[in-house]
Amino acid sequence: MVERLGALVIDNVTALGNFVLFLGTAVWCAVTPPYKPRLVIRQVRIIGAESIVLVGLIGAFTGMVLGLQGYNTLRRFGSEGALGTVVALVLVRELGPVLAALMVTARAGSAMAAELGSMQATEQVDALAVMAINPIQYLVSPRVIAGVISFPLLTSIFDVIGIWGGYLIGVGLMGAPGGSYLNGIAQNMSGHDIMSGLYKALVFGLVVMWVCCYKGYHAQRMATGVSRATTEAVVLSSVLILAWDYFLTSILL
Amino acid sequence: MAAVEQNGNGPLAIEVRALRHRFGRQQVLNGVDLDFPRGQITTIVGPSGCGKTVLLKHLNLLLRADSGKIVIDGVDVTRLGNRGLDEVRKEFGMLFQAGALFDSMSVFDNVAFPLVENTRLGREEIAPKVREMLANVGLEGMEAKYPSELSGGMQKRAALARALIRNPKLLMLDEPTTGLDPTRTGSIHALVRHTQQRFGLTVVMVSHDVPAVFEISDHVAFMHEGRMRLSGTPAEVTAANDEVFNRFLAGRAAGEEQGASAL
Ligand SMILES: Nc1ncnc2c1ncn2[C@@H]1O[C@H](COP(=O)(O)OP(=O)(O)OP(=O)(O)O)[C@@H](O)[C@H]1O
Ligand SMILES: [Mg+2]
Repeated sequence: MVERLGALVIDNVTALGNFVLFLGTAVWCAVTPPYKPRLVIRQVRIIGAESIVLVGLIGAFTGMVLGLQGYNTLRRFGSEGALGTVVALVLVRELGPVLAALMVTARAGSAMAAELGSMQATEQVDALAVMAINPIQYLVSPRVIAGVISFPLLTSIFDVIGIWGGYLIGVGLMGAPGGSYLNGIAQNMSGHDIMSGLYKALVFGLVVMWVCCYKGYHAQRMATGVSRATTEAVVLSSVLILAWDYFLTSILL
Repeated sequence: MAAVEQNGNGPLAIEVRALRHRFGRQQVLNGVDLDFPRGQITTIVGPSGCGKTVLLKHLNLLLRADSGKIVIDGVDVTRLGNRGLDEVRKEFGMLFQAGALFDSMSVFDNVAFPLVENTRLGREEIAPKVREMLANVGLEGMEAKYPSELSGGMQKRAALARALIRNPKLLMLDEPTTGLDPTRTGSIHALVRHTQQRFGLTVVMVSHDVPAVFEISDHVAFMHEGRMRLSGTPAEVTAANDEVFNRFLAGRAAGEEQGASAL
């Protein structure tokens, strides 16, 4: 019993150690030559550029529903003029980074875990190693860098489209005062609000790529191993996004 | 035994000594001893699942042994760190049993990959080399195809082209002809032999094409139950008249007939 408990603890500590070591190696490989700008650009295209439409769509609907709910709530207090501030702060500080990160996890993170998993299963990762190419440097580091670049950009797009979505519904449809919607944002939103949202996005980019690459890279070498790795990557990423969101909020507040 | 050659130009390219590896309860390599002479073709044969691929993965340093040692060009590679490994591996060409082509790249890019990544050659210099190599393996005109669009045998040949493109000093081939028709098998064997002689390569080959492969091999080792049961020139191995080896040969012949009649 004690023995089994001990083995369990050791297994988990080892796994956690490997998980941390994996990111350490990826970051180390990212800062040591040979640099692979071509691969980073390609990943920015896959993670970032190809997610813009989806993130924009989700951003629009999120902003629209905030406009609707916000208007109806604020009207009870007679303060429809604060709608712009509320929508913008909620989006920029909270929903933008979190929802954009969740969407990119679902879209690009899962694909990444599956791709790396099947490369592992078909020995393509071994083939890289035998050609004297460090697989972490070639496969993982560019994705981590691309995640850290793409997530803040996608979050900004999400925020801007969301704010206009809120304007469209709150002002256009429900009739909140348009001037105070925009002025409120300009007056009440500080640089700190914007930066704290972008910091979050940056951390989420790192965490999502880290988890998805780790799960894919360490997938068992068979079809079910790949599918399990994909599921675990998405679930763990989502949980970590929300957990980190809480911690970051309490630090950055 | 170890101190004989330290200069990297001795008569042996690879020495394997008392190599052991177990997966869980299964002792796959159980004290493998084998010499691979420089500039010659050494072929490992043996029943499916006896550990040939595992041995090859030790030679190219993808797996670490539990005990024993591997000396490549006078260097004990079982103790090398990552950087040292990459130095040794720069001389390797490896054909994986299942090809291991990069499925996100075209055949051309796959074959060009080792040159693009590990040399300073420009695109204009690489392209003719790649075309020539693809022609050598009978894949001319397939440059733009993706691995998923090729047959199994064609994938193998593309992977062989990738293994050969950088003129490695040490070529490792895991079943280069399995799944090819007899004509192709013959031409791949001829290509391996020709390349080996032209560049003086050391070739390590795992093959099921017994006895066809004996014709091009300088040395043959028969692997059985995790160790080398027989090794020597093809003539010596055949002349040894070993009971297990004969059963292996007979079993393969019988298996092939059964396979043929089942079709
Ligand atoms: N990663 C692994 N984990 C656990 N067991 C393994 C692993 N790789 C190989 N084995 C086991 O080692 C044994 C030898 O496998 P290996 O792939 O070397 O066979 P082989 O001689 O190449 O056979 P074949 O001719 O069919 O390719 C097999 O019984 C296999 O189950
Ligand atoms: Mg094998």
